[in-house]
Amino acid sequence: MLKMLEKLKRHRTSYMMLAPFIILFFILTVIPVFIAVFYSLTSYNVMQAPRLFGIQNLFDNYLRLFLEDEVFLISLRNTFVFAFITGPISYVACLLIAWFINDLGPKLRAWATLLFYAPSLSANVYFIWQYIFSSDANGLLNTFLMNFGFITEPILWRHDTQYTLMVVIIVQLWLSLGTAFLAFIAGLQGVDKSLYEAGSIDGIKNRWQELYHITLPSMKEQLLFGAVIQITNAFAVGTISQELIGKPSPLYSAHTLIMHMEDYALAPRFELGYACAIAVVLFSVTFGINQLVRAILQRGNKNA
Amino acid sequence: MRKFFGGKVGKRATRSRLGDFFVVFFLGLLALFMAAPMIYTINLAFKPMGELLRFPPTFFVQNPTLRNFADLSNAVSSSAVPFSRYLFNSFFISVFGTAGHVLLASLAAYPLAKHKFPGQKFIFTMIIFALMFSPIILNVPRYLQIAGFGWLDSYLAVMLPAMVTTLGLYLMKQFMEQINDATLEAARIDGANEWATWWFIVMPSVKPAYLTLILFAFQAIWNDSNAVMLYITTESKKTLPLALTYVMQGGLPRLGATAVIGLLLMIPPIAIFIVTQSNVIETMKSSGLKD
Repeated sequence: MLKMLEKLKRHRTSYMMLAPFIILFFILTVIPVFIAVFYSLTSYNVMQAPRLFGIQNLFDNYLRLFLEDEVFLISLRNTFVFAFITGPISYVACLLIAWFINDLGPKLRAWATLLFYAPSLSANVYFIWQYIFSSDANGLLNTFLMNFGFITEPILWRHDTQYTLMVVIIVQLWLSLGTAFLAFIAGLQGVDKSLYEAGSIDGIKNRWQELYHITLPSMKEQLLFGAVIQITNAFAVGTISQELIGKPSPLYSAHTLIMHMEDYALAPRFELGYACAIAVVLFSVTFGINQLVRAILQRGNKNA
Repeated sequence: MRKFFGGKVGKRATRSRLGDFFVVFFLGLLALFMAAPMIYTINLAFKPMGELLRFPPTFFVQNPTLRNFADLSNAVSSSAVPFSRYLFNSFFISVFGTAGHVLLASLAAYPLAKHKFPGQKFIFTMIIFALMFSPIILNVPRYLQIAGFGWLDSYLAVMLPAMVTTLGLYLMKQFMEQINDATLEAARIDGANEWATWWFIVMPSVKPAYLTLILFAFQAIWNDSNAVMLYITTESKKTLPLALTYVMQGGLPRLGATAVIGLLLMIPPIAIFIVTQSNVIETMKSSGLKD
């Protein structure tokens, strides 16, 4: 015990420098994870103290989610469909676009970076998609498509359940060239140029081979970082769907886990225990898939 | 002829003509997709009422006007808060939230990067774990925490969570690791304590990193609507993104004013990025997640 105090004292400055950030981080991020797990095992409505379920029905909230709540299952499915489409596409897009603009001269590259990064910089401008995807003949896209004769009747982009999820996906992709994109641009610039010469002597014939054998292996740390960022964002969709399609969306066609969680947490339901169970499910999914992808990418590195 | 001796450009795999064409075509198409909504917003902001209501709608403005800017105060009049108040609030929380984040994250990054102490690895692992889920997921328990501390309807509720975003700490720590230990040692021999070393030696040499943190934090707080919507109830404390939602409810006649707010929301983060871009790229070179 004394030894530990001694140790703490010796490293006092380090801990003091860490303290402001780490204490706030614990209060606002770490502890809430445990609060969510705890409340997810209770029935809690703000008015009365949380009531812990008995040991036999400790997981009642979770059973209710998976066995009784059809809307939850729809939102789970939508979240997965959404993440499995936007995650990989946005990841590859970040990489390919970064790769392509890396060949441009420095000035042009800077402008191209700005152009592609601008939407995620000014994320709020996505409201404009509401007018582009307007369902009536007044919408920009409908007008455009009708002028060119692709369609004769306006498409109900934001109301027809065939299209609603797709609209959210397109807008999310538009917003997804963010931090990972910048990391990839930096990673590409950090590749040792002499490797390319060596590769060319070793018989690398085209750019795709070069990308696969030289470029990607030398920026694998950025690739891993980018994967984390894109996966995390892909599962957190909610606000965009709510703003563009509405809540609830037609037949819950664009309902996501975040929206379902808010549905139960806010008035008039105030079922905080149940909302926390949804949060725990989403947390486990995001975190689990991140770990899984990380393990896969690291194994790939070891074999290479 | 290519210079073989002392030439800067070595031999390298080349792309075919067709490949070049494909790249330009592909990039051009994507650039159009990325830029169109923003260009449309800018055009809407300058359209006179007649053009806004025209059927079928047009993309480009024909007779640009500044009337939509003047219309802003009318557009928010029913909320009883002058438009400039939303603008001020946005700047206020963005500037102070960003400053707090840069300060706290840089201070915490220094021992993580350059000291050795028990618990170091554990803390850094937590920081990385926190990158692996969106804080939105924690809205419910976080709300209970913030309510418990009595921070509801105060800017603390918006600024404090933004200040401890782990992405900034992570990037700063990665960047600080490149600092030469000998430089720090020299400062210590000269009698500087750790706080002085941090402020006078470390901080000036991580300029690219703190500019990057400024960009990311400002952009995140400036664009936030989730936290403000959740925690702030007094209308006069709300920010620009909420004014946008509010004005948007006015429908087509308010489309011009809505677009003006969209334009105002676009400008500051883009301006910061234009100024900081090369530093940001420099910082992201050390962003890699090591095994």
